[in-house]
Amino acid sequence: MSASATAAIEARGLCKRYGAFEAVRSIDITVKRGEVFGLLGPNGAGKTTTVEILEGYRRRSDGEVCVLGEDPARRSRALRQRIGIVLQAGGIYGHITPREALRHWASFYPRPRDVEEVLALAGLASQADMRSRRLSGGQLRRLDFALALVGDPELIFLDEPTTGFDPQARRDAWETVRKLREGGKTILLTTHYLDEAQELADRVAIIKDGRILAIGPPRDLGAGSAHYRVSYRTAEGELVERQTDDPTALLHELTGEALARGERLEELAVRRPTLEELYLELTADG
Amino acid sequence: MSETLTLAWRQYRLERRMFWRNPSAAFFNFLLPLLFLAGGGIILSGSQHDLDKLVPSIAAMSVMATTFTALAYNVVYLRERGVLKRVRGTPLPTVSYFGGLMANAVTNAALQIAIVVLAGRLLLGTGWPRDWAQLAVFTIAGVACLSALGVAFAHVIPNFESTAAYVNAVFLPVVFVSFYVFDSSSVPAFLRNIAEALPLKPLIDGFSAAFVSGSSLGDNLDALAIIALWGAFGCYFAVRGFSWESRS
Repeated sequence: MSASATAAIEARGLCKRYGAFEAVRSIDITVKRGEVFGLLGPNGAGKTTTVEILEGYRRRSDGEVCVLGEDPARRSRALRQRIGIVLQAGGIYGHITPREALRHWASFYPRPRDVEEVLALAGLASQADMRSRRLSGGQLRRLDFALALVGDPELIFLDEPTTGFDPQARRDAWETVRKLREGGKTILLTTHYLDEAQELADRVAIIKDGRILAIGPPRDLGAGSAHYRVSYRTAEGELVERQTDDPTALLHELTGEALARGERLEELAVRRPTLEELYLELTADG
Repeated sequence: MSETLTLAWRQYRLERRMFWRNPSAAFFNFLLPLLFLAGGGIILSGSQHDLDKLVPSIAAMSVMATTFTALAYNVVYLRERGVLKRVRGTPLPTVSYFGGLMANAVTNAALQIAIVVLAGRLLLGTGWPRDWAQLAVFTIAGVACLSALGVAFAHVIPNFESTAAYVNAVFLPVVFVSFYVFDSSSVPAFLRNIAEALPLKPLIDGFSAAFVSGSSLGDNLDALAIIALWGAFGCYFAVRGFSWESRS
């Protein structure tokens, strides 16, 4: 079986143009089944546009896209029965309760999950019979999760799932994502929070101006960068950091000079950048 | 097919439940036309001729309020709040969703006509409709036409805050000119032409024939044709201009 047949999402040369503006410029992504894949990037990087093409909301301008074996642009009902979508901002009827909304949503799917179980999973058990208009922002977001999960989808899209959450709510949301992953679900998540990508994603793509700048497991991403960072404190007490692709040569040069001057290089360190440093470096303007 | 219908039915039941849970919507839908009817009844009391004109006018206005106005509001609200976008991401068929939404508006229109007929009979002494079949034909045509126009008009409205302004800018002048032309025999020709070309006046004429005069459907085919033309126009733009996404 080819790799594309087992992948949950496969995009090749994906482009989206709005007139002269190129929101997405030839993106390649493969998301394996059972994987949590993170699209990380600043606001306006093209994350949501990419995800909305994969979800079937937008038509691509160019490229090949395959989601669970189907072209999402065809908007088949069968495909929508297998995916769950948490939009960045999706409204809900104010005059019905979470339980009623979930029962209604469950009727759209061939094999829905138990409504009570989903309420519990989303942490809405005690708000199940409140009118939705009385729910807090965080509770509404949990309802977004619950509505996306009630159809028991194989693939779940989470577009900035924790933006605006307080720290505890974020931990709870992360816990839900981990449970879904343990249940064998494939998850594509967009975020502009590094810690979220680091905590949740098996692999991360850093995206900016519609292009993927780096892709890989979060732990390896920073470490896999070509740039080493060599830092030390000079005799004057100033902390110096230099970047290099060849730390051996640089160290030789630095230590040679220091020995010649009879100085010590205090706090000498060679390290690879963290994901955060790589992210800031890649997404910096200019 | 049967599943599409089942889902439309479920959507319809949800819409009904939400409608009754929103007291202000229920108020405007049912009480306002009754107040118009009562107010008009008091002012016009003593002249059965005038009361006979009042009942079909209010019935037609009610159809416009429950379909055109309510659907324009509803669609803009659902669009701007992101409900439409969310629904589009689910397997719920578009036909089932809008079928349920429209059926909800149709139910309100039918309830309103029933209320107006009953109130006319019991309070204003206008008698039962003379031609039930014609009443049904014009109700169906009016509801279909004004529903389509309401959805089409929603596409013109840029955000929810301005919905009332947009809707009233159409609703009030149309109601005014249609009522005026229907009621008065000495109207300037251009005003009469405008009213006759709009869908509400033909609907009033049709209701008037069904409620009061009893003139046959064959005599009112031109009125029906105008409603059908507006309906086709509305359907075209309702589908063509449709946007699932918030504009603001």
